[in-house]
Amino acid sequence: METVPADDRALAGLLDLLLCWAAGEVLSRVLHLPLPGPVTGLVLLLGLLRLQDRRRPGEPRSGPAADLLLRHLGLLFVPAGVGVITYLGLLRDQALPVVAGLVVPLVVALTGTGLVVDRLLRRRA
Amino acid sequence: MSTALALAGTLAAYRLALASAARLGRPALLNPVLLSVVLVGAVLLLTGTDYDAYFAAAQPLHVLLGPATVALAVPLHRQRARVRAAALPLLAGLLVGVVSAVGTALLVPRLLGAPEVLVLSLAPKSATTPVAIALSADAGGAPALTAALVILTGIGAAVAGPALLDLLGVRDPAARGFALGVTGHGIATARALQEGEQQGAFAGLGIGLGALGTSVVLPLLLLLHG
Repeated sequence: METVPADDRALAGLLDLLLCWAAGEVLSRVLHLPLPGPVTGLVLLLGLLRLQDRRRPGEPRSGPAADLLLRHLGLLFVPAGVGVITYLGLLRDQALPVVAGLVVPLVVALTGTGLVVDRLLRRRA
Repeated sequence: MSTALALAGTLAAYRLALASAARLGRPALLNPVLLSVVLVGAVLLLTGTDYDAYFAAAQPLHVLLGPATVALAVPLHRQRARVRAAALPLLAGLLVGVVSAVGTALLVPRLLGAPEVLVLSLAPKSATTPVAIALSADAGGAPALTAALVILTGIGAAVAGPALLDLLGVRDPAARGFALGVTGHGIATARALQEGEQQGAFAGLGIGLGALGTSVVLPLLLLLHG
């Protein structure tokens, strides 16, 4: 089968992504970083994108692969999310502390982060 | 359970969730992740299927979370000029968000008489799953329970976050995305990406910095917590 240049560029972009993932997993483990492999891989890909941008400015070649993976990011959380059913008993028995322990930090942190960033950016503008 | 059945079932549930949400005008409560989890969970419970068997069969979907997380570098790269310009406000927001999330997660359940293992399992729940699990184990929590609480936090942030930010008048796309990523990791980032690429990019940044911040702040607050 013949590959057209655009296809090959997209494949090279997918390979960049997978290599950064692999390198991130290795670095996180070997250096005992407080970040999981994929997050370290994110940082590595960010560096690679900067280098590639200097050579050839514009839309990065990993764009198509990244957009495909992120378009339905929510779907990828479903298998792990269903795991909540294994804790239904505990969640019922400890309903009040669990609900309060989930809701209070969420509201406080979302409010705090959102307001601080929004108002600081607005004051500067 | 066969991989084919687990994948087909999960994708069918997700499509049904997207279609129902679209038909009903996308109300916040009908978040596609929440709805899919409820649908798949209900089928497993009704058919008496073991969760571990489903999760093992659904691995091909689950492992894609790795490259998808790496892929968050791309929107971040596209928005790099905006990120650089907002660096200081973002760091200030990160500090406020992480300290308040971990602090109240330790304090509130304890005041309500929760067992210590539940308190310690709740503490790291704003961080992305692999980080939260590791922190929970270090602190003396139950990692599997933490994983469930991380998911619930993400769903909560995705469902209620945008409305809460509207209510507070937080309109800047960077502030909205970052707050969602710091507090609700990947699930809220999926929601932020629906608002726009700028929101998604800052949410992706929030996942990484939130995980890093929680790793630093949790051990310190545990010293005070005693």
